Amino acid sequence: MSPGGRPRIFLVDDHAMFRAGVRAELGDSVEVVGEADEARAAVEMIGERLPDVVLLDVHLPGGGGVAVLSGVMPHHPEVQFLALSVSDAPEDVIAVIRAGARGYVTKTISGTELLQAVERVGAGDAVFSPRLAGFVLDAFAAGAGPGMVTGVDPELDQLSPREREVLRLIARGYTYKEVARDLGISAKTVESHVSSVLRKLQLSTRHELTRWATDRRLV
Amino acid sequence: MIPGRTLIGPPCHSGMSLMAVAPEVRDHRGIAEFTDSGTTVPRAPEPTVPSTTSPGGGGDGPRRPDDGRPDRGRRHRAGRRRDHRGRLRGPVRRSAETRVLAGVCGGLAQATGIDVTLVRIAFVLLSLGSGIGILAYALGWLLLPLEGDNTTIFARAVTDRRGLRLVVAIVPALVVVQVVAGALHLGYLGSASWPVFLAGAAAILIRRNASEDERVWINDDVLPMLHTNSGRQGRWSLALRIVVGAALGLAGLLALILGHPTGAAFRPIAGSLLVVAAIVVVFGPWWLSLVRDLLAERQARALAEERAQMAAHVHDSVLQTLALIQRSADDPRHVVRLARAQERELRSWLFDGRPPGTIGDEATTLAEGIDLLQRQVESDHGVTVQVVVVGDSPLTAGVRALLDAAREATVNAAKWSGAAQISIYAEVEPTAAMLYVRDRGCGFDPDGVPTDRQGIARSIRARMARIGGSAVIRSAPGRGTEVELSLPLNPAAR
Repeated sequence: MSPGGRPRIFLVDDHAMFRAGVRAELGDSVEVVGEADEARAAVEMIGERLPDVVLLDVHLPGGGGVAVLSGVMPHHPEVQFLALSVSDAPEDVIAVIRAGARGYVTKTISGTELLQAVERVGAGDAVFSPRLAGFVLDAFAAGAGPGMVTGVDPELDQLSPREREVLRLIARGYTYKEVARDLGISAKTVESHVSSVLRKLQLSTRHELTRWATDRRLV
Repeated sequence: MIPGRTLIGPPCHSGMSLMAVAPEVRDHRGIAEFTDSGTTVPRAPEPTVPSTTSPGGGGDGPRRPDDGRPDRGRRHRAGRRRDHRGRLRGPVRRSAETRVLAGVCGGLAQATGIDVTLVRIAFVLLSLGSGIGILAYALGWLLLPLEGDNTTIFARAVTDRRGLRLVVAIVPALVVVQVVAGALHLGYLGSASWPVFLAGAAAILIRRNASEDERVWINDDVLPMLHTNSGRQGRWSLALRIVVGAALGLAGLLALILGHPTGAAFRPIAGSLLVVAAIVVVFGPWWLSLVRDLLAERQARALAEERAQMAAHVHDSVLQTLALIQRSADDPRHVVRLARAQERELRSWLFDGRPPGTIGDEATTLAEGIDLLQRQVESDHGVTVQVVVVGDSPLTAGVRALLDAAREATVNAAKWSGAAQISIYAEVEPTAAMLYVRDRGCGFDPDGVPTDRQGIARSIRARMARIGGSAVIRSAPGRGTEVELSLPLNPAAR
């Protein structure tokens, strides 16, 4: 964090208009330390400036958001990524999450919500939009026989009932706070459930997830 | 056979035709002028008019005599009067109606009054005898305009530099055949190869420069006959070709060896092989470069077509919508509505591969039904409806009722909550379908009695009760409203 406690963010998006829009929306609540409009320049500049959070467009010239993630993550695991997209195709979303992004929101998100998402990702938590929650529920649908690949850790291949409940509420449009109130748990617990789902999403070998990735020739 | 073919051209978007056709028409005019001064091509009596059968305008092809076209095709026919023997007067044209291949025989028959069958027999005999018939037919195809068309294929071919290079590239091959035929004293091969090769050259120019209609027809109906496509059929024909070729080659070698036990025949063969090798050494690289050029050209064309299609779509949808948005900039709700509708259409095109304008109004599953609901509520009420669906179910009577209840709840939220966004979440499990409609609007006190709302709540509950489901409505002033609908599903019936 910068001295004022504001998160230092970096924008990667090939649309200058969108970058300007994000700057204007987030205003003084964040410190924008840089911008890039394509993958290679982004990897280089992020490595130099080490922001807290990178706002990453899924579709980018030079390999897409996945290329940026795979370029930065191995060297600077402390940098967090929040994926932003206008595309809601599940394979796009799952691909960036599996490549290491800690959250996914659509570009129609409001400024306040985006700021919250940035802060949450900056703190190492996960950010799930209702859409992403829906995709995850779909991919981890209970009792899908052929979906169960005997992975290294079968725990990773299914969601716990509580995680399922949390995701369902998020898919219904609940905020974390509302989820916590509805389930009678603390907001911190909600966050840990979501982070655990994120981990499963990244590490699971479930057929649905790998198939999405294979369709995109990511594996 | 062509006569029965209905030629409806490729669907042509207004934007695409503007962009793609205009330069073509200009080209045609240019070529037509060239023809005026430079060749002896038979010409129509009227002044040159740019061809309406140019690429992209394939919709009104010349092969439909009565397609209501008021322009040249009609006038030509009207201008060519029959004389007392029933012949058509005026320049010879390829017949659009009486045709097996390109209408050359039909055209000649019409012009001379001879029965078309006789003309055809003559062509076949000439072809078998010396190959002249094939050449004559190809030249007729190349040089005679099709009925209703003003330009000849030749007029276009003279500017097709790559096609002309291909034609020139055939010459060395002809020389090879002549040398071999001379060496082996195969008089028939020597004399018949000339016209056949020239006809081949003409065929190249025809294939590359025919009008769009004819090219479509050649690609769809003629070339498949040669089985050049890949796939199972192609593989079979390849196997067949290899077998037949090997048998012929073997038979030829045997005949040579048996016929000339001393090996005397091999000297001319060796000689001609040397000449062939020389030609290959000289022309080989050039041929290769021609092939490379052709491949590049084909790729470029495919790319250009794709781009034109893309441009057409963007023009018809996105650009139109942007124009509408600019015009209604003072009506934010309308702008949101337009933008959302366009976004949805674009999304369905990009990610679901659905062609533009084909988002159906008929749903067959729960997910499609919710999509439809989303579209209608968004365009009717100018709110954003965010939809998340997990799983899906066919549209049974129960699911239909569930959708109706969901629509009522959504419309209600759009009208009364004041929220700009409504979330719908549906999940289909083996035993039940759950559907939630949520807004963050003003909310209300379910126990207080704003009667209008109670009425709606009651109607939603009654609707769900009738199909054995239930509805729960949660709301509090200032906290928004959530309607929870649940429908038990019979796993056996699904």
